[in-house]
Amino acid sequence: MMTAKTTQKIAFVLLGLGTLLLVVVPILLTILYILVNGGSAMTWEFLSQPPRNGMKEGGILPAIVGTVVLILGTMLFALPLGILSAVYLVEYAKDNFFTRLIKLSVVNLSGIPSIVYGLFGLTLFVGFCRFGTSILSGALTLAIMSLPVVITATKEALESVPQAFREVSFSLGATRWQTVRYCVLPYAIPGILTGTVLSLSRAAGETAPILFTVAAFYLPRLPHSVYDQVMALPYHLYVISTQVPNMPLKLSFATGFVLIAIVFLMNIASVFLRAHYRKKKTW
Amino acid sequence: MVNAEPILKTENLQCFYGSQRVIHDLNIEVLPNEILGVIGPANSGKTTFLRALNRLNALNPSYRQSGTITFEGQDLRKIPDNLLRKKIGSIFALPQVLPISIYQNIAYGPKVHGVASKSKVDQIVEESLQKAYLWDEVKDRLDLQANRLSGGQQQRLCIARTLAVEPEVILYDEPCSGLDPISTAKVEDAMQKLKEHYTQILVTNNTKQAARVSDRTAFFLMGELVEMTDTNTLFTSPRDSRTNDYITGRFG
Ligand SMILES: Nc1ncnc2c1ncn2[C@@H]1O[C@H](COP(=O)(O)OP(=O)(O)OP(=O)(O)O)[C@@H](O)[C@H]1O
Ligand SMILES: [Mg+2]
Repeated sequence: MMTAKTTQKIAFVLLGLGTLLLVVVPILLTILYILVNGGSAMTWEFLSQPPRNGMKEGGILPAIVGTVVLILGTMLFALPLGILSAVYLVEYAKDNFFTRLIKLSVVNLSGIPSIVYGLFGLTLFVGFCRFGTSILSGALTLAIMSLPVVITATKEALESVPQAFREVSFSLGATRWQTVRYCVLPYAIPGILTGTVLSLSRAAGETAPILFTVAAFYLPRLPHSVYDQVMALPYHLYVISTQVPNMPLKLSFATGFVLIAIVFLMNIASVFLRAHYRKKKTW
Repeated sequence: MVNAEPILKTENLQCFYGSQRVIHDLNIEVLPNEILGVIGPANSGKTTFLRALNRLNALNPSYRQSGTITFEGQDLRKIPDNLLRKKIGSIFALPQVLPISIYQNIAYGPKVHGVASKSKVDQIVEESLQKAYLWDEVKDRLDLQANRLSGGQQQRLCIARTLAVEPEVILYDEPCSGLDPISTAKVEDAMQKLKEHYTQILVTNNTKQAARVSDRTAFFLMGELVEMTDTNTLFTSPRDSRTNDYITGRFG
């Protein structure tokens, strides 16, 4: 006879193995596959040189720089706006028709296909605001696309801070802003980070929103100002995989690997930041 | 004490959550430096009454009230939230310490009220802990996470934290409901010694505690003040038969 405890143990082990098979193994296989096919192209030259000879030789430095710049730009616009919006919705706004409309819009915005954001950016930033096809337009478009996720994640993080913390703070005579600043935000930061990195990772890998707003087909020189166009990894990957005949396949795989590595590095950074904040604040 | 001006006074106070009226026409006067006990069965509106006094109820969007409350002769509505709550502090049923150090818990209040100098904050922390009779137990470990303390210590830490913002009135909502008898005795002890400087209102489910600690006692029932008089009279010869039923445990 098996005791209930052993049965439970076996069930957990099986569940664990199942999860491993379904989630971890495919990821590892994908990365392995990419490495096997593109590994031989991953040289220092590949990372540090602009493309040459119809992009069949040289490296992808301008695309790496472009993607990093776009991520930073997206962060610059999406984080303050998204976090402040969520703080407003959770901590300040009364529940009325107006705020319900905002909340509904946020939910719906996250369901819009990214190509629509691309067209929106083209019309608003490139055209109407006259920013042209530029880093500024691209980063703003990606930021608008990331906002719903940043807002939703921040909202959830704020809502998960116990109401008692706010009551304690108010009962000691703190103002609403002091309460938010010292008694709520510090405990919400880990959750905010998680959501933010998720949305930035998505932004880093998107092609459609940057297609009309910033991405250059071939631009070996590095950008000098926010009004410059740049190459970007996802678009470059699309270009060399479909638009250039006789392209060595390993270059596509290597480019894909670099994109994955950037996203991976962002996630690692967020893990460390979260751990740092958890250590300081626990409850 | 008999002819002292009341420090807090409610006139025709009615409280509502949505359309449900939970306090009916409450007229009560709280005298300076007294401990006013408030007893009554569950849902009789004791917590609502307390939280009306420092407007914590207002955090609930469905809450409404009518009538007037005056604090030191001034209409409560004319006092900004943060000033009012600085002067009228609260202790909650479960010790609500923030997940930061003992020191930071107490320093929080003075800091939001603009006390910047480290030495001044140090001094406030020590004085407050002493007034709450906790100093000797924690003086060597002020950097400890406050939630590592025992329940009774946490509750006295909450008292110290409230004292640190120099209130005039302290509201206690069943402050000992989660504590063992020894911790309870310590909290009650602290309350007795605080009488000299503070007005205190003690809501409690434990009638014996009200009998031990308070100078006057009010009996609430279903949102009404049935009877309020000095504690001795209320417990020995109540005027109202409902009071008698409640204190003798013959209720419901
Ligand atoms: N946040 C709230 N929303 C809606 N109704 C509430 C809320 N808080 C209290 N009430 C209602 O108000 C009435 C009085 O509640 P209150 O908490 O003031 O009673 P109490 O005397 O403190 O009870 P207890 O001894 O259980 O703490 C109850 O009927 C309760 O259901
Ligand atoms: Mg209560």
